[in-house]
Amino acid sequence: MDFDFEKPLQPLRDKIDALVAKSRRGDPTAEAALAGLRKQLAKESASLYARLTPWETVQVARHPGRPTARQYAEKMCDEFVELHGDRVCADDPAILGGLARIGKTRFLLLGHQKGTTTEERIACRFGMANPDGYRKADRLMKLAEKWGLPVVTLVDTAGAYPGLEAEARGQGEAIGRSLLVMAGLKTPILSIVTGEGGSGGALGIALGDRVLMLQFAVYSVISPEGCASILWRDGAKAPEAAAALRITAKDLLRLGVVDGIVPEPEGAAHANPDRAIALVRKAILDNLADMMANAPVGDRLVEERFRKFSAMGKFDPKKAVKA
Amino acid sequence: MGWFTKTTEPREQAALPDLWHVCPACQAHVFKDEWEAALKVCPKCGHHDRLSARERIGLLVDPGSFREFGTEILPSDPLGFSDAKGPYAAKAAAAVKKLGTSESVVVGSGNVEGTRVVLAVMDFRFLGGSLSTGCGEKIALAIQHAIDFNRAFVMVSASGGARMHEGILSLMQMAKTCAALQRLERAGLPYVSILTDPTTGGVSASYALLGDVNLAEPGTLIGFAGRRVIETTIKQKLPDDFQTAEYQLEHGFVDAIVPRKELKARLAQLLAFRMK
Repeated sequence: MDFDFEKPLQPLRDKIDALVAKSRRGDPTAEAALAGLRKQLAKESASLYARLTPWETVQVARHPGRPTARQYAEKMCDEFVELHGDRVCADDPAILGGLARIGKTRFLLLGHQKGTTTEERIACRFGMANPDGYRKADRLMKLAEKWGLPVVTLVDTAGAYPGLEAEARGQGEAIGRSLLVMAGLKTPILSIVTGEGGSGGALGIALGDRVLMLQFAVYSVISPEGCASILWRDGAKAPEAAAALRITAKDLLRLGVVDGIVPEPEGAAHANPDRAIALVRKAILDNLADMMANAPVGDRLVEERFRKFSAMGKFDPKKAVKA
Repeated sequence: MGWFTKTTEPREQAALPDLWHVCPACQAHVFKDEWEAALKVCPKCGHHDRLSARERIGLLVDPGSFREFGTEILPSDPLGFSDAKGPYAAKAAAAVKKLGTSESVVVGSGNVEGTRVVLAVMDFRFLGGSLSTGCGEKIALAIQHAIDFNRAFVMVSASGGARMHEGILSLMQMAKTCAALQRLERAGLPYVSILTDPTTGGVSASYALLGDVNLAEPGTLIGFAGRRVIETTIKQKLPDDFQTAEYQLEHGFVDAIVPRKELKARLAQLLAFRMK
């Protein structure tokens, strides 16, 4: 069992396990019963996941079994040529980048890399990038512009890394510069929040012409724990903060911050990573095809992107607070 | 009431006007008049106290030349946010009433030694100078104004970062302001960013460090992540000068540290290279 909220499914899962054991022992009646129970489990799991609270969604979005950027790159693409380094001082493994191809569609792929093994997770600071990561992203996005390739970014980070070297090398400047570069890039950008969209560290590679979110991903200005400890003075109030901040895919779609939701397999991406990867692959192909065919080019594309982000939080006198 | 209770009543103290300012950095007692004449800079240790947006504007622009705009943009409560201390809408409305600015930033045009510029000046007293939809909107408006009238854009930051109460829409103001700066860049107009205490979080990670020229006041706190968060993450103590303006100068992120009393002249000097 992955989460507390899955407890109601446990009796059914136990029953299925017992039947599987029985069938292995050669009991012919078990087989028939199993199919029915599995169907029932799928149905109950689907209805459970349809009713998740925002805080439960945060847990799902952070599940270590969700596909990482590297898994997307390797399993989703027919070709992936990784490119390294920011040309200033380092190669940050927390941001993966390279030239990618799916079928006939070629693009530049960027993504926060959280890692799968303990060793890799430590090496890439659990997906929290240093300034070098954002500078690598800038460099590769400019390469994409020069080579006429669209950019796809996969967003999955708790936030930019809070470290001594990160500050010494200009974490704030690096993220700000990345926003400036993306705002002016003359090639289409598709951003997909695949897991955690944590604050400026997420936005640093998410200024896309189109921004999508996986069904159980979250995207927030601050972590619910951080918000709770500041505004509630109690980190344990994270569930309240998670609800108040409006961080689920549905909320962000309603707020006009994302343009679409990519469905996840039954029981969420961690339950069936291969299926999740296939669904993201389809979303990339569908959206890039549409963007390459219909999006404006050059300065007009930049202008359109400016308008998109200008519209977010546009002042409406009717919604102003009453002073 | 017995005679004994009467004597325990506190004495009247309001009769004495508060003549002294105690420097928060060196604890020196200085005459308030003297301290204010020194632009709220401690004459003993040089500590630069925080200024309100209006004080800052008074310091930077020629008298009588400032024309404010965007005052119709007030805070909004897009999420219907409430925390332990109650609804955000009430808190934001109280800030507007108390501080007399429509948001955490004041924007307008003014002359700096005769050169007309567009300024956006943040006010830390307004909910920690936080970047909200209204604040982002006013900054974007100011940048557009600079483009429309072919003027330099001067940003004075003083902020703890994005305003949590407006959630993801506050975060998107980082994108909005940077997209506006991108336009300013394409228009080839100068952008001078002045960093004042404190400039941290989402503001440091968007417009604040993107100036053609970045100036900072002495001792200004400039950084992305908070000191405590970093110390907890890396489990080591940080140097004392960590994230100060002086540290940022040494690391290449600001062009110069300029004492408050020289700020206007330095700004005018820079602008003369492009706007005259």
